[in-house]
Amino acid sequence: MSAPVAPGNGERRWTHLLARWETLLVVVVVGLVALGASLSPFFLTPGNFSNLIAALMEVAIMALPMTLIIVAGEIDLSVESMAGLSSAILGFLWAAGVPLWIGIPVVLLVGILGGLMNGLLVARGGLPSLVVTLGTLALFRGLALIVLGPRGVSDFPPAFTELGFGHVPGTLIPWPFVIFILLAILLGILLHRTWVGRQVYAIGKNAGTARFSGVRVTRVRVGLFVLSGLVSSLAGVILTSRLSSARADAAQGMTLTVATVVLLGGVNIFGGSGTIPGVVLAVLAVAIMQNALRLASVSVEVQSIALGLLLILSVVIPNFAHQAKSALDRVRRGRPPPADSIAHGEAAVS
Amino acid sequence: MAESGVTATVGAGRTRGQWLSTVARQRELSLVAIMFVLGGLVSVTAPQFLTLSNLSQVAVLASIVAVAAVGEALVMITRNIDLSVEAMIGLVAYCVAIVLQRHALDAPAAIALGIGIGLVLGMINGAVVTLLKVPSIVATLGTLSIFRGVDYLIAGSHQVPLAGLPPGFTDPARDSILGIPIFVLVTLLVVVIGSVVLRSTRFGRQVYAVGSNPEAAAILGIPSRLVVFAAFSLCGLLAGVAGILWVMEFGTINGTSATGTVLSIVAAVVVGGVSTLGGIGTLAGAALGALFLGFIANALILVGLSQFWLQAIYGVVILVAISADAIILRRIQRATVESRAR
Amino acid sequence: MTLPLTAPSVGPEPATVSVPSRVELRGISKRFGATAALTDVSMDLRAGEIHALVGENGAGKSTLVKILAGVYQPDSGTILLDGESTQIHGPAHSRSLGIAVVHQEPRLFPDLTVAENVFIGHAPSGRFSTIDWGGTRRAAKALFDELDVQVDVGAPVRGLSMADQQLIEIAKSLSLEARVLILDEPTASLSAHEVARLFTIVRRLRDRGVAVLFVSHRLVEVFDVSDRATVFRDGRHVVTTATRELTTADLVRHMVGRTVSLFPKVETPIGDVLLEVRDLTRVGVFRDVGFSVCAGEIVGFAGLVGAGRTEVARVLFGIDQPDGGEIRLGGLPVSFASPSEAMHAGIAYLPEDRHQEGLVEDFSIAQNVTLPILRRLFPRFLIRSSVERAVAHEYTEELNVRMTGVDQLVGSLSGGNQQKVVLAKWLASRPRVLILDEPTRGIDIGAKVEVHRIISELAASGLGIILISSDLPEVLAMSDRILVLHEGRITAEIPRDGATQERVMFAATGSVADDDHPTAVTEATSEATGGGLDG
Repeated sequence: MSAPVAPGNGERRWTHLLARWETLLVVVVVGLVALGASLSPFFLTPGNFSNLIAALMEVAIMALPMTLIIVAGEIDLSVESMAGLSSAILGFLWAAGVPLWIGIPVVLLVGILGGLMNGLLVARGGLPSLVVTLGTLALFRGLALIVLGPRGVSDFPPAFTELGFGHVPGTLIPWPFVIFILLAILLGILLHRTWVGRQVYAIGKNAGTARFSGVRVTRVRVGLFVLSGLVSSLAGVILTSRLSSARADAAQGMTLTVATVVLLGGVNIFGGSGTIPGVVLAVLAVAIMQNALRLASVSVEVQSIALGLLLILSVVIPNFAHQAKSALDRVRRGRPPPADSIAHGEAAVS
Repeated sequence: MAESGVTATVGAGRTRGQWLSTVARQRELSLVAIMFVLGGLVSVTAPQFLTLSNLSQVAVLASIVAVAAVGEALVMITRNIDLSVEAMIGLVAYCVAIVLQRHALDAPAAIALGIGIGLVLGMINGAVVTLLKVPSIVATLGTLSIFRGVDYLIAGSHQVPLAGLPPGFTDPARDSILGIPIFVLVTLLVVVIGSVVLRSTRFGRQVYAVGSNPEAAAILGIPSRLVVFAAFSLCGLLAGVAGILWVMEFGTINGTSATGTVLSIVAAVVVGGVSTLGGIGTLAGAALGALFLGFIANALILVGLSQFWLQAIYGVVILVAISADAIILRRIQRATVESRAR
Repeated sequence: MTLPLTAPSVGPEPATVSVPSRVELRGISKRFGATAALTDVSMDLRAGEIHALVGENGAGKSTLVKILAGVYQPDSGTILLDGESTQIHGPAHSRSLGIAVVHQEPRLFPDLTVAENVFIGHAPSGRFSTIDWGGTRRAAKALFDELDVQVDVGAPVRGLSMADQQLIEIAKSLSLEARVLILDEPTASLSAHEVARLFTIVRRLRDRGVAVLFVSHRLVEVFDVSDRATVFRDGRHVVTTATRELTTADLVRHMVGRTVSLFPKVETPIGDVLLEVRDLTRVGVFRDVGFSVCAGEIVGFAGLVGAGRTEVARVLFGIDQPDGGEIRLGGLPVSFASPSEAMHAGIAYLPEDRHQEGLVEDFSIAQNVTLPILRRLFPRFLIRSSVERAVAHEYTEELNVRMTGVDQLVGSLSGGNQQKVVLAKWLASRPRVLILDEPTRGIDIGAKVEVHRIISELAASGLGIILISSDLPEVLAMSDRILVLHEGRITAEIPRDGATQERVMFAATGSVADDDHPTAVTEATSEATGGGLDG
């Protein structure tokens, strides 16, 4: 649907651009900004923008590798627990006197190992990623609880909290936003401009062909889960810094928001299509929506309902759009698309 | 070369594949065996583990998860998943509690309401999956959020205290009939009825068929979408029952009740031998899985390990169970190929 | 209800009067796009008869079965059941008319029991309209007793062998009181013992009055079990006659007899040995396969579907691992754990199923062509579309791919051009040995000739080519040597000069082979072809 391929035969570039999901998102974002501005005079202030963005940055950051994973046809439900585990380990180490310049790399390493576990179970073990990451969702959270228990650690040095809470000097841009943008650029280039990204799309569209074409499918899959683990633990560090508190239940419930943002960004749950720019736009859309609702004093509960509805709609709408499009294509071409003369299964037996 | 008197013997001499298949089907026996062993081990350090009162309590607590697990198993046998069960339980629990507190309905009516709400929620799930054709993982992640949101909305910060419920309402959590706790009887009833339906009705067999081989089911004219819709609806209904049991057990209900239980429910089902790939598993297995997990949770506490180990153990249990299932399946398939290559 | 004798086809009929025709097909035609699968076919099935349907791959047998099963609707012609003109609307309707099909791959529910699979959808009801399991089990047992088969009807189907699953399918058809039983290539996965068992049961059914249609390649079996035989060729009916009036030679002649159209074959000097395979074995799939491929040589792999040709190719390409034997590339022993390793060693494989394994239909031509060589093309990670397009252009121009540009989505190309894109993709990987698996399947004649020309030119440029094909004229015209596989063994190695369609077909159907003495086969054929496997 939003694949990085040139338009098909006979379609002009601009109509294709208009029909893309990302364009729809841009419209939605603009619309939301207008809505927000009309709801409250505070909306368009830079201070508000800063707040708006900051609250969603951990989710946004985790959504980036999740995009690649879903494009490749898998899913990682354990992201929130890995973030929680990093928070817990960071807090534990800090409270035990270990300096942060050691603690943070340790935590990132744990992220890599966790991702490796997911990746190996899925890619080499052949187990479905849904259930594997459901299991590690529990396991990582459990480990967080074992490490830190019910307590919170909050006496972090200001230099550290500056990371999550502070801004680029001279502006109101929060550091996490900078990290998000950098990561988005990095992963965007990876997915859309490198051969690794091409392989990810190939695996998502047709894993059989990918394998038969010499793509190292196992290696790519493991790599994606490792990336997700690493970035999730980074998100955990940022969250700890922003809230100035390390807790074992940090990031609880974030997986749902991450999945929503990715699917809203136009990524197909079955794999094979979706873009980073789309997900970035979706992050903006969700952030603006949450902010606008908050300013309009809409309760958190309603926002939760809105999020769930959004998730479902983000699958339903592309479904309909796709069905409408193929119906239209068939009508326009006047004949069914050129199929092979003999269906494969039939020729194989007669 | 016919054998004397008989043209052929199908499956002559248990092939390795069939033997393993039998083992897999006896998952329930394995769980019981492990529980026996575990019970023995634990009672060495904590002799109060194997007392009737403790085991009764374990069974009662496990009943809530067990009833919900039966519903979840139904969905998973059709090759789907329902991640919204915990929100359905919480929502029903709160609605029942608040209706009782405000004296809007008496106990039997409130119970009927709870079951009805559960059924409707399940039907919503079913509709999103079969009509809107949203994959069940996405659909139920979404409804999880929606149902929970509605729950918070209705509850606000209000909490129904134990005292707000009609006197005697929470008694079933502690009472027994003929020595068997009422909750356990409810669970047994659910399991027995469910198993009879699955084993002996056309619908029940269609549930297995749809999960076992969806393409063949379609060719044979089985109404797959209807079957899946029914499975989700029943799951909701049973979540409603679990919600009512929750109120009776815990008494105090607020908007966040039952949060986090989805993992224990899915873990119970997976441990009980139901495969996420569909077509395999029994309701009794799911209920036993819930008992098994409750057993472990209780053993942990009595041995002195903090309850924080529980989440991690659930995670490990899920991973071990699906890995074991995959290994068994692969061995069966390899045995089939080898037996052909005579 | 008896009917007047139907008009006899070629050849004398068995001496019976007024034999009822259960099923009669008159003038059935079916096209798929540009290809005519069946043209004006007529035949009939009688009660109490085993009627064999014989023909090469692509002759139309499978299409006919699917029409009777209700999967396809004929474009023209009539179907008569017990004398009445009928339209078969779909698979369920076909079943309700009493037509049962046993496929090569049984369609059972692995997690349900034997008895349940037999009665799925129509199990006897007990009280409260629940399923009467006792009754189901008894009824299933009774059916199997009739077939004289001993079985545990309460066991799950998972884990049962293919042969056993077929017997369950047959019992299922009995439970539906099928009056027409179609066996579609039932013996492809069976051992000799299982085949004998199957035939005893089928004969029993015939004696009960069922009309049996037995679709098969295996001529030995056709002679063993059938009463009448019909031959199809290129979608047309050739002959129907009593089996005992035929010889193997007759059958083969009917199946094959068409002129070999000449495709351009470039005479190429044969160079050094590129690939050597010895005693290659994969348990249950193929055994002791040995051959060599030289530079400039085209080695044809002939054989029937299921003979193991694709399986050998998959091992050569690293998709599957062998259980025994040796592969040597350029003299050095190699083993490939994955396709990417095989690719780097210089082997390329054009798969049978270009939709599932050859192309990514949502990708453009350029993206498909460069997929295997991405790492080599872009060592510094970033993809440069100019480079990509240039490479794609080069190879697609060379192969004369008809497209609007290398950015065109592959899914919108015709079959022939899609195949050329797959070829281009593998040529871009600069292989030394190229394995082509059914390269011209599903493409029209014009494109076929072009692909043949390309294959010849590739050989001339020094590649070693393995051509797996079920199209006999193609194999005969293109190959320097033909290796024939049958049930996982090489039954013949035929040089270009001595190759005829009959000779290949004989070896492919196992007619020459003596099943009990495999070693004798190898010796016999190597004597016959005048050269051993090292030739």
